[in-house]
Amino acid sequence: MNIPADLRYTRNHEWIRSEADGTITVGITDHAQELLGDLVFVELPEVGAEFAADQEAAVVESVKAASDVYAPVAGSVVEVNQATVDAPEVVNQDPYAAWLFRLRPAATADLAALLDAAAYQQLVDAA
Amino acid sequence: MQKTVLNDIHHRSGARLIDFGGWEMPLHYGSQIEEHHAVRRDAGMFDVSHMCAVDVEGADAAPFLRRLLANNIDKLQVAGKALYSAMLNEAGGVIDDLLVYYLDDGSYRLVINAATADKDLAWMNVHRQQWQMALSITPRREGAGALAMIAVQGPQARQKLWHAQPACRPACEPLKPFFAVQWGDQFIARTGYTGEDGYEVTLPAQQAGQLWEALAAAGARPCGLGARDTLRLEAGMNLYGQDMDESVSPLDAGLAWTVDLSAPRDFVGKAALLAKPQRYQFLGLVLRDRGVLRAHQQVVGKHGSGEITSGSFSPTMQQAIALARLPLATAIGDTVEVAIRDKLLGAAVVKPCFVRNGSILA
Repeated sequence: MNIPADLRYTRNHEWIRSEADGTITVGITDHAQELLGDLVFVELPEVGAEFAADQEAAVVESVKAASDVYAPVAGSVVEVNQATVDAPEVVNQDPYAAWLFRLRPAATADLAALLDAAAYQQLVDAA
Repeated sequence: MQKTVLNDIHHRSGARLIDFGGWEMPLHYGSQIEEHHAVRRDAGMFDVSHMCAVDVEGADAAPFLRRLLANNIDKLQVAGKALYSAMLNEAGGVIDDLLVYYLDDGSYRLVINAATADKDLAWMNVHRQQWQMALSITPRREGAGALAMIAVQGPQARQKLWHAQPACRPACEPLKPFFAVQWGDQFIARTGYTGEDGYEVTLPAQQAGQLWEALAAAGARPCGLGARDTLRLEAGMNLYGQDMDESVSPLDAGLAWTVDLSAPRDFVGKAALLAKPQRYQFLGLVLRDRGVLRAHQQVVGKHGSGEITSGSFSPTMQQAIALARLPLATAIGDTVEVAIRDKLLGAAVVKPCFVRNGSILA
């Protein structure tokens, strides 16, 4: 199971990377893509959309099931990765490169509450 | 959880295993979509040993099945011929769908679904007693005489079986679709659940591992229940528990062609079907927009609303497809809307058969 040490994670199996400009990049983990199987559909939010923490922001669907992707913290969408909409299988192929959306966290956002790699590994192992 | 005799092989092959009707079965061996394509383009194989073969034998076997099943076993006049039928309750709801093979006078083999096997057998035994008929009903899934089942499917599937065990070829090459032959210990049927050519081989459980390995060596790709579901959906074949169940009339589930209402034969559920005519059409949908159709999504058209019973993404068509119960006035070619999350997306109504023998029909 690939869980990069330099990323943060959520209980909903999203990964989060903090960027130099203060935004965060969000995708789904290797574990999540493996559970879902072959992805066939990705729906991303509009740029500018605002989300509360844990609110549904995107949808990924495999042949088997649909799964919501949640905003890991409150924020507004500054960019989406259209490549995942055009070819959902890129998320299976490289889940940490195939990011879904970038958020500018709200002033109230609590990034410290996200899981680190060790805590996420524990969560996956316990499942 | 119950396991088939091939369970160890599935684990060793890296299958993702899931609980399917109380059985630990492979969902896929890596990629459900690649397995699907293998069956459409070459050959794949499925462990379907969770399904239950039931031998019905005795002087009253034919009168029993004639009264038990919605389709008429009198259509079976040639040894080895198979018939698809629903088994109904008194209210006309579907207890199970099954295949019945005619072996010989007084000898039939049924293949029933895994999750429904216990209730099916109880139902059959109750009626055998109630009708005071002389026959035996012998499930062949467990214990001494247990059988396993391997389905090998795809345009090259028959060649893979002949390659895996050349000695069977003279017996099974002449088989026409929907016929079976007993070859030694094996019961080889030219049937399937994918819309492709191929065989379903029923054989003693202890021989199943050897055949599986030989088929793999011949190039048949192991496939899981995930691909089996998208293949049967593309082929427009019903799945019990999803497209119909005890609360659904076969007439509302696209199974009217399997129900023989002609007089004078009576069968369980016939009176209910005659009293309650068809209320829905069972048709196919192709989503025009991007998205994935799923069971239980609501369908809205100019003639009223309906419901998707099975839906997924079609790997062959690269579009979402579904089977749906729709208002009677709905016509092929209509456009309807499907409620997916907070949106209404357009879909075309088509014949409920999307892909056959590798070709897109819808």
